[in-house]
Amino acid sequence: MGLLEAIIISVIAASTPLLLAAAGELVVERSGVLNLGTEGMMIMGAACGFAGAYFTGSTLIGALCGIAAGAALSLVFAALTLGLAVNQVAAGLALTILGVGLSGLIGAGFVGERITPAPHLYLPVLTGIPVVGKILFGQDGFVYFSVALVVAIWWFLYRTRAGLILRAVGDSHTSAHALGYPVLKIRLLAVLFGGGCAGLGGAFLPLAYTPFFIPGMTAGRGWIALALVVFSSWLPGRLAAGAYLFGAVTILQLHAQAFGLGIPSQLMTALPYLATVIVLVLISRARGSAGSVAPASLGIVFVPDR
Amino acid sequence: MKKLMMTAAVAALAIVATGFSASAAEKLKIGFIYLGPVGDLGWTYMHEVGRQAMVKELGDKIETTYLENVSEGPDSERSIEQLARTGHQLIFTTSFGYMDPTLKVAKKYPKIKFEHATGFKRAPNLGTYSGKFYEGRYIQGVIAGKMSKTGTLGYIASFPIPEVISGINATILGAQTTNPNIKLKVIWVNTWFDPGKEADAAKALADQGVDVIMQHTDSPAAMQVAAQRGIYAFGQDSDMIKFGPKTQLTAIVNNWGPYYIRAAKAALDGTWKAEDTWDGLKEKMVLMAPYTNMPDDVKALAQKTEAAIIAGTLHPFKCPVLGQDGKAVECKGGANLDAGQILGMNFYVKGVDDKFPGK
Amino acid sequence: MQLVLERRAERSTKIAILSPLLAIALTLVTMSILFAILGKNPAMALYVYFIEPLTDSFTLMEIAVKATPLVMIAIGLSLCYLANVWNIGAEGQFIMGAVCGSYLAVVTNGTDPGPWVLPAMLLMGALGGALWAMIPALCKVRYGANEILTSLMLVYVADLIMDYLVRGPWRDPQGMNFPTTASFDPVATVPTLFETGRIHWGALVALIVVALAAVMLGRTIKGFEIRVVGAAPRAAAFAGFNSKRLVLFTFAVSGALAGLAGIIEVAGPVGVLQPGISPGYGFTAIIVAFLGRLNPVGILIAGLFLALTFIGGEGAQISMKIPLDLTKVFQGILLFYVLACDSLILYRIRLIASPKKAIHGTA
Repeated sequence: MGLLEAIIISVIAASTPLLLAAAGELVVERSGVLNLGTEGMMIMGAACGFAGAYFTGSTLIGALCGIAAGAALSLVFAALTLGLAVNQVAAGLALTILGVGLSGLIGAGFVGERITPAPHLYLPVLTGIPVVGKILFGQDGFVYFSVALVVAIWWFLYRTRAGLILRAVGDSHTSAHALGYPVLKIRLLAVLFGGGCAGLGGAFLPLAYTPFFIPGMTAGRGWIALALVVFSSWLPGRLAAGAYLFGAVTILQLHAQAFGLGIPSQLMTALPYLATVIVLVLISRARGSAGSVAPASLGIVFVPDR
Repeated sequence: MKKLMMTAAVAALAIVATGFSASAAEKLKIGFIYLGPVGDLGWTYMHEVGRQAMVKELGDKIETTYLENVSEGPDSERSIEQLARTGHQLIFTTSFGYMDPTLKVAKKYPKIKFEHATGFKRAPNLGTYSGKFYEGRYIQGVIAGKMSKTGTLGYIASFPIPEVISGINATILGAQTTNPNIKLKVIWVNTWFDPGKEADAAKALADQGVDVIMQHTDSPAAMQVAAQRGIYAFGQDSDMIKFGPKTQLTAIVNNWGPYYIRAAKAALDGTWKAEDTWDGLKEKMVLMAPYTNMPDDVKALAQKTEAAIIAGTLHPFKCPVLGQDGKAVECKGGANLDAGQILGMNFYVKGVDDKFPGK
Repeated sequence: MQLVLERRAERSTKIAILSPLLAIALTLVTMSILFAILGKNPAMALYVYFIEPLTDSFTLMEIAVKATPLVMIAIGLSLCYLANVWNIGAEGQFIMGAVCGSYLAVVTNGTDPGPWVLPAMLLMGALGGALWAMIPALCKVRYGANEILTSLMLVYVADLIMDYLVRGPWRDPQGMNFPTTASFDPVATVPTLFETGRIHWGALVALIVVALAAVMLGRTIKGFEIRVVGAAPRAAAFAGFNSKRLVLFTFAVSGALAGLAGIIEVAGPVGVLQPGISPGYGFTAIIVAFLGRLNPVGILIAGLFLALTFIGGEGAQISMKIPLDLTKVFQGILLFYVLACDSLILYRIRLIASPKKAIHGTA
């Protein structure tokens, strides 16, 4: 295996949890809801995903448990922000506190346990192709799913009527409501979808990446996922680019250290964050004031007038 | 009416509360301040294992409390003082960053006994304790030098504090005894705890031709990566053989239990004194997990090295110790570097393939 | 049957007072169930969480110590949020304030420079925070880069800058090469208010900040401008308010306040610059800002309340051996109830019989 190939495989793996969680959040924000609880939903997904796989021995069931856990937590958020018109920022942050605590309680019994990691695809001839073989045909299911998810979200948002309605709800809930669309119901579905995706992104960590559970193992990836949604300007394609950019800089700085370049490690560690900021500034500058911007109703509570 | 009800409720609660706090009277109350969650599987986890060993040994003579996830910033002084105020007579603060807060609280409560892990500030009622983990690192180096076919070792390091530096140096000094041309690549991940990133670092090292990985971070992630890649690794803090049955060569085990039992017993019978304890393999504060996955001759060599360190005939930092520039480091301890040089180590020895952080 | 929200014609004072009580009552019910499962006494837990910390001067002072940075940061953030500017990087501004202010303490260490040092440190701290906040502000104003991303990412960068400094150039020469600066000299330390306890002059600074913010928002053109730009940007543009200048202004003020909180924390309760100086104050303050309804007095109350739950949670760990994770769950649930009950001040819940109205219904 060549070094380049190895690096690309590592980059894809490092980016996948970010991409999964961010893809869900993108849909949520497109519907006009800002759920800052991604970190909490991810870590819940990690804890419950590990528990599911531990008891059943199945990665798939583990992944489903992760999705369910993330969605369940997001339901709490939905009940508050959609049902009771609570401020979304505060509710999202409170959700993170709750998720971190709950996952710690759930996961306490699993610390020190291990499971078999998710299997990687292996196709006799294709996987053996030099350079691209393992990259294209040698990943685990989460990786393929994350790519499919982004494509599906793009297709949904821009090629289906339901996607159009969802965007309309996010851009102006009052107009959408006036047109007779069930704003809150659409947002509920979006929030649940986002919760499921975050849960899956979290579950990826103990199921495929590092097959064990430790409290807090998401280590802030939920925040990065949130930032990536902003980075993407709410566009699915750019979201994938952002996630892979972040993953790539993360991995490359480790390789640069192993080569012994002698640059302060703090600077190297800061590179992924700096890179995203700089690229975002460059994109924004090139785009000028036109281009895609945040959904207009993002973060604003909606209470239908009857 | 409402006011009356409120008053009644508060009174009832107060009664409940006093009923609870009156129960534990004569037991020695012992408190612990932890940096991470008890389930971090690393540093804090091993202190928790030590606490449990103490509870098991001393049973109902003691009552223990711990506060976990106490940040080293403004919260720690309050947390320590809270333990002091609630009748804890012996308090262990288990991370370097608690040094000044522990000292402050110790001065304020001269009758309470304090023990601070890995620090160097002491008081009549404040002792310090730490392990000579570099002894275990040296043995790992000896093994790694023998086991590496590529001649390149990889080291996942957390933060450039002296303990991590002395660990890196001891590793390469040990490895040079079995392979004079050994190379050591270092990656600083700038975290104690991020399993994903630790795995990424392990992958990067493996991709660059490293075939024995050591780590100074908390989780078994690197061990698992090594297992997937079919290369070797060493466990950290605890025996991680479960995560790499065919991968782990050995592990450094932080064995705090005996020390905690000793300190608690001393506090119970009134012989406790504030001391500077720095124990290693000999006193069993540092243990080596079973030597596995290596040929018999390497195992024998490892055991011989361990025995020599315990017997005092071998010191990992035996002079002359050459710095990265090839010049001998000043030897303050006679035959070897002295405690201060090791506890405050701020240089790389010859052979480390990395620029010294912060220089 | 369907539950729907209906906007109240006017705010009810009765509900405003009852709402927090209802939240606590609901938390108690939930907690009772939770604690019953875990075999803990819920009445005792309520006492430990909410009442015991208020019964003694040590914990009362500690609540104030904990609330001080939260309130200061949240006040600044509230100005941003009122103006619809999404600064979520206060944690980084806090750290950079601490770093810039500490510079003076580090270079003058052991030289007895005189009483000017502390005020100068506070000034540099505020400036440092404000300058760090100017990066996302300028990126937004000049290039249209979204401030949520830039301000958040700069938190990590700030943390690493501090890490570099305390491990390298600013390291205490007598510190056995551990990552910390030398302990600040007494002249470079924020004095405590009383002989005992850690409550310091920073608490008074926080109160002054609250008062100034209240005056500014309530009685000045600037306050009016912030509200208008936030609530009705188009109207604000017609009124001639410059929204770009307001972005810079709110970021600068909130950065300065976070930076000031940072240097006060480092020069006060901590006494040295070292990694881990903030247990997430910058993020917790976001909750404080919204819990306080972006209102200065509300923020003061919310900050004290949140500090109370932290201190109470610690007490519960000690006296009831309740694990920290359970305390977090409890905190999360409590926040949810407080937020939900708060909603009752603005809305009333109606039970609607007609299934046709389901389309407007809540989930």
